[in-house]
Amino acid sequence: MLQIKQYVKVTSLDEAYELNKKKSNVIIGGMHWLKMSSKSVGTVIDLSGLGLDEIVETESTFEIGCMVSLRQLETHEGLHAYTMGAMRDAVKDIVGIQLRNTATVGGSIFGRYGFSDVLTVFMALDASVVCYKAGEISLKEYAKKKADRDILVKLVIKKQPLRIAYLAQRHARTDFAMLTCAVCFADGMWRAVLGGRPEKAEMVMDEEKLLTNGISVTEAQAEAFGKYVAEQLEFGSNMRGSAEYRKEIAAVLVKRALLTAGGNA
Amino acid sequence: MELKFILNEKNVVTEIEADSLLIDVVRDLGCLSVKRGCETSNCGLCTVFVEDKPVLSCSVLAARVEGQHVTTLEGLQEEAADFGAFIADQGAEQCGFCNPGFIMNAIAMFRENPHPDDEEILAYLSGNLCRCSGYEGQLRGIKAYLEFKDSQKGEA
Repeated sequence: MLQIKQYVKVTSLDEAYELNKKKSNVIIGGMHWLKMSSKSVGTVIDLSGLGLDEIVETESTFEIGCMVSLRQLETHEGLHAYTMGAMRDAVKDIVGIQLRNTATVGGSIFGRYGFSDVLTVFMALDASVVCYKAGEISLKEYAKKKADRDILVKLVIKKQPLRIAYLAQRHARTDFAMLTCAVCFADGMWRAVLGGRPEKAEMVMDEEKLLTNGISVTEAQAEAFGKYVAEQLEFGSNMRGSAEYRKEIAAVLVKRALLTAGGNA
Repeated sequence: MELKFILNEKNVVTEIEADSLLIDVVRDLGCLSVKRGCETSNCGLCTVFVEDKPVLSCSVLAARVEGQHVTTLEGLQEEAADFGAFIADQGAEQCGFCNPGFIMNAIAMFRENPHPDDEEILAYLSGNLCRCSGYEGQLRGIKAYLEFKDSQKGEA
């Protein structure tokens, strides 16, 4: 059972950073994962008094504070419109509304979980992460880094014309995803992001130029790109599926997501 | 440490530990409708409202609700009795294990979305595990309740 000696609701990021230097201390988001551990924590550091629970939309960006809940991501009309529903699709099957009201985007991204729907969709959106000390860093890079003692303050999505779709394969509605998939067209190129392989999300770009008609995608092209993406990534086995099964499904999810996000040629 | 919060519209001052969970604090204060089911943030049985939002009290540190409004089924008796009795009449409750959390979450849904479609009802219910009915009875019961409420408004 989780044991906590002290609870501190910090009044500044600096206070949080100083407290978080100590290895026995931990920053809490929704605390759903931490609570299931049997750790003995010195001080839990609560950032919920710092106003980091807002989604700020400007003409050029979305700035999403680390304490924004998954439910806020789901119900934000601006994010819904910009992501063509992909943001809502990515979070809507994560357990239930009660959990999504407290689980935070910061906790999801910092945890770099293999099964993460949230990491997958944010990576496809080419989001960046703003850390208190390290500053802004692309999520693609951040996901590869090992967790350190810096504070993930917010996520930034720079707006650009794009097409995007999100799909995941689950054995049951609220289970962890067996495979997560987002495809996105931006800067003249398609990219696919796959997580839950069961390793964490990774991106594959259309370097081979299999999709040559911009946002228009034929079924044959979508199928070819799906197979290409599945060949580029490594898949593993666990209780939710074998590597072979995941690879088969990956090609299908990429194809379907492409046909959803892209127009018909 | 001392915790001050508003439980079912009453100011409460109580002593907690840093790792006290909200479920244990509200139960110690007499709100026994709040039950511990899975304790893994999945079943929805421990649902309470914090600032009118449904959350899983088994996974919320009590210290985090300082100064906030917490509502349990005990604080929603009128709404809960109205809806609970209707659902029972519909035969939509079976073992009853999921009921407190289910009623809390249904009330949250009625407040947020008074006219949900089937998909929206099922999406809301997915945070409350029910192993008896596969949600068929609950879906039917909720739809019938909403129709009944609408017809009451029409008559008024």
